[in-house]
Amino acid sequence: MPPALAEIVDDFQAIEEPERLQLLLEFSKGLPELPARLTDHPELLEQVVECQSPLFLTIEMEATTGDAPPAVRLYFKAPPEAPTTRGFAGVLHEGLDGLTAQEILAVPDDMPELLGLTRAISPLRMRGMTAMLGRIKRKISAELKTR
Amino acid sequence: MPIAADNNSKFSAYAHPKRLVSTVWLAEQLSAGATSDGSLVVVESDEDVLLYETGHIPGSVKIDWHTDLNDDVTRDYVDPATFAALAAAKGISRTSTVVIYGDKSNWWAAYALWVFTLFGHEDVRLLDGGRDKWIAEGRELSTETTVVPAPGTYPVPERHDEPIRAFKDDVLAHAGNPLIDVRSPEEYSGQRTHMPAYPEEGALRGGHIPTAASIPWAKAAAEDGTYRSREELEALYLGEAGLKPGDDVVAYCRIGERSSHTWFALKYLLGFESVRNYDGSWTEWGNAVRVPIAKGAERGSWPASA
Repeated sequence: MPPALAEIVDDFQAIEEPERLQLLLEFSKGLPELPARLTDHPELLEQVVECQSPLFLTIEMEATTGDAPPAVRLYFKAPPEAPTTRGFAGVLHEGLDGLTAQEILAVPDDMPELLGLTRAISPLRMRGMTAMLGRIKRKISAELKTR
Repeated sequence: MPIAADNNSKFSAYAHPKRLVSTVWLAEQLSAGATSDGSLVVVESDEDVLLYETGHIPGSVKIDWHTDLNDDVTRDYVDPATFAALAAAKGISRTSTVVIYGDKSNWWAAYALWVFTLFGHEDVRLLDGGRDKWIAEGRELSTETTVVPAPGTYPVPERHDEPIRAFKDDVLAHAGNPLIDVRSPEEYSGQRTHMPAYPEEGALRGGHIPTAASIPWAKAAAEDGTYRSREELEALYLGEAGLKPGDDVVAYCRIGERSSHTWFALKYLLGFESVRNYDGSWTEWGNAVRVPIAKGAERGSWPASA
């Protein structure tokens, strides 16, 4: 697991259930706005239908200097009235944005379960987060095939 | 001591007007301090488990439909002792007036109200228009943690499911009586088994319970999330669905939440005495062995053997 994501997982595991919800709320507030080139082109974003609330995401490959592999940039859009969904997106953004494709593809699919939120938010809602990670990985794999 | 009903003219046309309160009424009650002694308790119940924390009606408490009201091992609602403990912790006494509001036109709030009714809580009302209307009117929101004035007094109640809750066998026995399917037209016809853009909850078959009328739940709500007028609701349920006064009705959806919104409209706004919510709904019926379904836009019919 990438260090930034592992640190987030540790932070969640170090606290009790009610505080985990508060931490998720902090992540929902920290989710960055979309850059203008994407807000003007919503068709470039893809909806994750497994999420209970509307969540749109896309990835971009950013060239790095020298021979290093490109950095994967993650972009999410979710309305303020969907803080749980935004919180999940915030966790993935902080934990994965700017990593390489291989690093992100190596994240275990069941990583969301490690946050210890399943009981506090219900398994149904957890599914959305697992779907979000799955969608990111699928989009990266698809992008790699075109290269 | 029950708090006086909201006597506005839209509500007075409904069969049980005191089941709804307006945002104006609630704001007045809050200013008058009705929540300070637990005689009025305002409850927020949302689809999103964190929405309350982003800002809620001052003094309101949160009850989550999933983590507070469902028992996670039996696919049932919590038992009476758990419900009593939950209510008391939220400052709710058996005699409190409880006003519930929430997101998405009160869809989850209606579900919570229905669960309160299973436990026989007498005075439970919905805030017409819910969270969105309160916000649209620029009314106050708070992110402060609500301090419950005192724990409520809530003796362990009896739960009476029969009058308002239908199980699968009840629905089979109900054949020939009216059913209302409140899901989207695509779910009704069988084109899809879950809501557009919602998680796939895994029903093996798509379609509807034979003879059910399709009246998507949101048709009962106006653009501002309030319930439509009595006249409009009659056009919908007596006209389009073909219900007759006195009918014994069962409403269902996918897991019983959207149909709670319709249950409320039929029971309290139109005054049908016998309305049950089939909370097993399509996630049960669509997967159940040896129960018939109908496909397509037509209501269909029960097979002769059913």
